[in-house]
Amino acid sequence: MLEIKNLHASVEGEDIEILKGVNLKVNAGEIHAIMGPNGSGKSTLAKVVSGHPEYEVTEGEILFNGEGITELDADERAHMGLFLAFQYPVEVPGITNKTLLREAYNTIARANDREELDPLEFEDYITEKLDVIEMKDQFLSRSINTGFSGGEKKKNEIFQMAVLNPVLSFLDETDSGLDIDALKVVSEGVNKIANDKNAIVMITHYQRLLNYIKPDHVHVMMGGKLIKSGGFELAEELEANGYDALEKELVLNGEAQ
Amino acid sequence: MSEELSDGVKELESMIGEEYKYGFTTDVEYEDFPKGISEEIVRELSRVKEEPEWMTEFRVKAYHAWKEMEEPTWFNATYKKPDFENMLYYSAPKKKPQLDSMDDVDPNIRETYEKLGIPLEEQKMLSGVAVDAVFDSVSIFTSFKEKLAEAGVIFCSMSEAIKEHPELVKKYMASVVPVRDNFYSALNSAVFSDGSFCYIPKNTKCPMELSTYFRINNMESGQFERTLIVAEEGASVSYLEGCTAPMYDENQLHAAVVELVALDDADIKYSTIQNWYSGDENGKGGIYNFVTKRGICKGKNSHISWTQLETGSAVTLKYPSVILKGDNSVGEFYSVAVTTKKQQADTGTKMIHLGKNTKSTIISKGISAGQSNNSYRGEVRISKNATGSKNYSVCDSMLIGQECGAHTFPYISSENPSSSVEHEATTSRVGEEQIFYLMQRGISEQDAISMIINGFVKDVLKELPLEFAVEANKLLDVKLEGSVG
Repeated sequence: MLEIKNLHASVEGEDIEILKGVNLKVNAGEIHAIMGPNGSGKSTLAKVVSGHPEYEVTEGEILFNGEGITELDADERAHMGLFLAFQYPVEVPGITNKTLLREAYNTIARANDREELDPLEFEDYITEKLDVIEMKDQFLSRSINTGFSGGEKKKNEIFQMAVLNPVLSFLDETDSGLDIDALKVVSEGVNKIANDKNAIVMITHYQRLLNYIKPDHVHVMMGGKLIKSGGFELAEELEANGYDALEKELVLNGEAQ
Repeated sequence: MSEELSDGVKELESMIGEEYKYGFTTDVEYEDFPKGISEEIVRELSRVKEEPEWMTEFRVKAYHAWKEMEEPTWFNATYKKPDFENMLYYSAPKKKPQLDSMDDVDPNIRETYEKLGIPLEEQKMLSGVAVDAVFDSVSIFTSFKEKLAEAGVIFCSMSEAIKEHPELVKKYMASVVPVRDNFYSALNSAVFSDGSFCYIPKNTKCPMELSTYFRINNMESGQFERTLIVAEEGASVSYLEGCTAPMYDENQLHAAVVELVALDDADIKYSTIQNWYSGDENGKGGIYNFVTKRGICKGKNSHISWTQLETGSAVTLKYPSVILKGDNSVGEFYSVAVTTKKQQADTGTKMIHLGKNTKSTIISKGISAGQSNNSYRGEVRISKNATGSKNYSVCDSMLIGQECGAHTFPYISSENPSSSVEHEATTSRVGEEQIFYLMQRGISEQDAISMIINGFVKDVLKELPLEFAVEANKLLDVKLEGSVG
């Protein structure tokens, strides 16, 4: 589904390379976790894949369902089924969640020659999706993320994911700032959305989230590269020994730069 | 909101790339005066308009007052001063006789209004808006007059009101904005050419929206119109003005005076969609919009509400105000001011609380893009006798891009301890992050910007009469098209 080959990216207009040759393959039905210390390039990877204009791909390619997407705008990538749950969801005062989601849903439907939903149909559809994250319907009529608590913002991201039903979702630090109850709700939501046709890539600093959403593949990112991949046991190892120990081990093996 | 928005968004799709679409000129024959201003010109103007002597004297007195006054410079804008000696003070399409139906209007002018989408024709009028159209200086046609007359409502051009209803004009004209109030009100009092007059009798709810459309066509003419609205006890009216002008390289002056009088329990809602030509990218040409608008809540429980969407003009200096004289009266000011390119706007309001338990609300939204400069200037004054009075003000500014400016100048004074004044102000920037967030959800860049702006101005646009809300949304989209990115 997603294939990233030797991806290099810099901040647009600056000469600082942040991604230094990332390789990653994600298949339908898989859940991946990318872990790594602060500043390793995890969030940048998610933004570059979803088309943030701040970054420029200088080398390598991103294939989504076999098609190169590095030249596409963010909205075109979204139409193909790419979703990013933001680490810091953005506030848009005066526009309700419902308005955004109906516009987004129907825009994506139009782009894929699927039928759009009229306001009444959409109302039914969206109300049903509220259960995914156990939210009340007043959530729909509030302005996008405006005045939301940190936990509500994160829940809203997963709610939007449920409504837009993406093929591939990047969850950028979705667990940060959540208390244990909210973390459970959000994780259960993600688990409800996951199926054998879609795929999820979680980006996280801690192993905590992975106790609730079990990844098939775990990758460690350092210095702009994925330096080690493995199964769930890799996450447990990181939790026990920390990133420093892993780095040392890799240096000993001559694998790190 | 969602329906409105998606309509707006669809409208937008068809309009992308559209520039100022009202920039055409109409070819009509004019009856012009020589350029410049003098007592003779003022007297001649009054004579041509066949005005009674009291009106002529009013003008001449105003002219002499103006001569003694100095052009103000306190606002946050710089521009080349208008050359008063090189301006036309009267410019009227040649067709003279009083018009009784649309058929009598010069076909060229009629076509102009059709291009503007102004529903002058009777069949279109079934949508329920009465229109007074002012072309350059002269009222061309007032529709629905008879139907309004049945309700006792007078809605006509100011020239006609001076002749037909002198007692009302004498009583109220300059009662809210005195001749000497400021440099431009004095000039207007001397040379005003026409405008709208509206009188709603006791306990009458005006049966339809009233609307005036102002159009400056002649390149060298200033437009000085004068509007007076009087709502008697228990009366109510909603009035809307719209403005457009062709594109010329020279600056044109628009110096209007609008006065509103609300007696006991009366209610006046005045809305403006101002889209004068704003000049080109380099700041060449465009209208100087120097307007004095003021209402008085003269009676108890009266209510005056100003709503404005200001998108045009090279320079705007405008402060629609309310004097809250009657006890329990309410004043409101809802404003969206948009500046792009090199536009400069210094606009806001004054709420003067004189009566007891008076309330005022100010919601001002400024949007600046390009290299423009947008200032909010507002005064809230609560006098000693205005016990239990309240003001609530919100001034939000939004910046698009790096080269524009937004400023807020609030002046607040309260002379009694039982009143309260609340002022909130925010400044935000339409950021790449906001646009990226919406685009990541599948929304196009242009729609994302439109959404952010729509959200920002929602609190104000919902105050516009429904018929004009769509037009307002369209205007905003066109105006800001291409200003981000």
